[in-house]
Amino acid sequence: MTPAGARSGDGPLLDVRDLSVRFTRRGEPDTVAVDGISFDIEPGEVVGLVGESGCGKSVTSLAIMGLLPGRGPKVGGEVRFGGDDLLALSDSALRERRGRDLGMVFQDPLSSLNPVVPVGVQITEALTRHRGMDKKAARTEAITLLERVGIPDPARRVTSYPHQMSGGMRQRALIAIALACRPRLLIADEPTTALDVTIQAQILELLRELVAETGTALMMITHDLGVVAGLCDRVNVLYAGRIVERAERHRLFATPRHPYTHGLIGSIPRLDSDPELELPAIPGSVNDNLPWDTACAFAPRCPREIGRCTEVTPGVETAASRLLRCHNPVPATSA
Amino acid sequence: MTSTENATTVTDTDLLLEVDDLAVHFPITSGVLFERTVGHVRAVDGVSLRVHRGETYGLVGESGCGKSTLGRAILRLVDPTSGSVLFDGTDVATLKGEPLRRMRRRFQMVFQDPLSSLDPRQSVESLLTEGLRAHGLSRGGEADRARLTELMDAVGLPSGALRRYPHEFSGGQRQRIGIARALCVEPDLIVADEPVSALDVSVQAQVLNLLSRLQRELGLTYLVIAHDLAVVRHVSDRVGVMYLGGIVEEAPAGDLYSDPLHPYTRALLSAVPVPDPQVEDDRERILLTGDLPSPAAPPSGCRFHTRCPWRQADRCDTERPQLRVPEGAGPEHRVACHHAEAIRDGRITRHEVAPEAVDQSSGTGPAAPEQGGSLTEFLGR
Repeated sequence: MTPAGARSGDGPLLDVRDLSVRFTRRGEPDTVAVDGISFDIEPGEVVGLVGESGCGKSVTSLAIMGLLPGRGPKVGGEVRFGGDDLLALSDSALRERRGRDLGMVFQDPLSSLNPVVPVGVQITEALTRHRGMDKKAARTEAITLLERVGIPDPARRVTSYPHQMSGGMRQRALIAIALACRPRLLIADEPTTALDVTIQAQILELLRELVAETGTALMMITHDLGVVAGLCDRVNVLYAGRIVERAERHRLFATPRHPYTHGLIGSIPRLDSDPELELPAIPGSVNDNLPWDTACAFAPRCPREIGRCTEVTPGVETAASRLLRCHNPVPATSA
Repeated sequence: MTSTENATTVTDTDLLLEVDDLAVHFPITSGVLFERTVGHVRAVDGVSLRVHRGETYGLVGESGCGKSTLGRAILRLVDPTSGSVLFDGTDVATLKGEPLRRMRRRFQMVFQDPLSSLDPRQSVESLLTEGLRAHGLSRGGEADRARLTELMDAVGLPSGALRRYPHEFSGGQRQRIGIARALCVEPDLIVADEPVSALDVSVQAQVLNLLSRLQRELGLTYLVIAHDLAVVRHVSDRVGVMYLGGIVEEAPAGDLYSDPLHPYTRALLSAVPVPDPQVEDDRERILLTGDLPSPAAPPSGCRFHTRCPWRQADRCDTERPQLRVPEGAGPEHRVACHHAEAIRDGRITRHEVAPEAVDQSSGTGPAAPEQGGSLTEFLGR
């Protein structure tokens, strides 16, 4: 939650420059999932990547981790992490970094845990491989980790299989695996989407505590602006594979400048909003896009569209620690 | 939707749906050749609720609390174990055969996943006319076509959509087709089970607005089932909160959110992320520990006592509280908690709850074994 103390002058921990991912299929035009994304993460910072389905947020995280399938996608740009370009590393060098420096938590814990291996073994695997522990020490450490993530009766739980745990507990186990080697960066891809609200609150609280305690930087990928509002220091809003707005969270929610961000925040029913009022919906769906090359992708759905929006790609403007990609942004005072 | 003063001045003739002590228990069987019943999953266990004509009743709860099963039992998509469902004066729970089929025209359902609830090989026109024919509402090709065009217009789709197939539409458009299908037989009650949870945020608002516009224009009655409290609050006149097969609190939407009385409702409300950093930073969070207990072996007494931060030693774990109007609350506000007033007035304070290990072999689904052992232990018994 508080970025101040953890920030140091060594430059960003993760520096993504102009990352693009293009899926090619024979006989069909390429699909550009990620279209030149640049952002960075400071040590200990919590950065959010928000967008709707198909905006490229998950592909971004998979590209950073080098987990995209080998053939098919063409990845361009640079991902600098601790001095190395992750995209240029060999498979074995990358495998050394994954798990040790980079941890990842996925959306669906049941399909990302191995169903025929006890969770304890899945944690010790990382410990023996990356931290060179022997079996016994690793097991003790695994119990400590399970206890740390709030699993009751950890000594018994190390022998449990994923199917014997509830959804919330599986997600906790997955977080324990990701944190086993004390990574400097944790990437969480929709970690609470499959969970109930009360369990979601538990997991978010856990992530908040862990970030504060271990100084791990967290990249939070989600579609839920509510989750972002309570957790992230800086927020990147993605639309159709590009970042359309980036700002510190208080500023972003108080004065959203991009019409998409503005519309997204407005269209969410809130517990403290007036139910008599009609929700200001964004018309159309995420498929109604224009290509970024010649226009603003959001133009067909945009209430503030002007002639230029369908003819010229809006450039990136950075002013007062806010990044914005729009020809006709919402005035800073209206919000 | 309809204003709340409507709901306070209702008489019994306005009652469209009256559910009384409804229970749905699914048997857990064991053995291959001779299936013995070894226990029951009490998905819905003693629920009573009333829905008035023209109002929207919202049901919220977490997964496994029985809200979907309750909705399905009301529509007779599952058979209730006991209790009655009076729909406009007729007990639907005991109807059979042709009278039940004819009754079905009057209550329709909108499902969560519009793609899997629409036949992929039927065009939209054929999907919609099927219902018309089945209920004898078809008035010949021309008249039907005019009616369908009108329907498409009502749900905000072009009439050209009639000739297309479900896969050609986006998620939001498919949900509009699902709504059109429910509307085409002119029902009185629509049960919408998670109508927007499969949709993108920007599209959710469109569908919610459509539902409320249709209610205003057609005088529909809705039972909206959802896990998202903000969505339910937005659309509902009255809201019931379910926990482990029972309703724990019921109140007009505004009251429930401004003055939640049941500890579970309080925890649920404090857990909903609000897209406002200021609110998020300042709010008090009531974190529940542990998971939902198995509905196959619900806790004794108050079902929430295993996770309740306000649990008292006296009767929380022995006596199941009934819904009652607490002192100082509106006449429509009912809560099933022994200590609701004391908690509100601060006479009881929160304490730590140690999470109890809840074993499960398949989430909280119907296969969860009785007495909460692991699957291997269970098979060995």
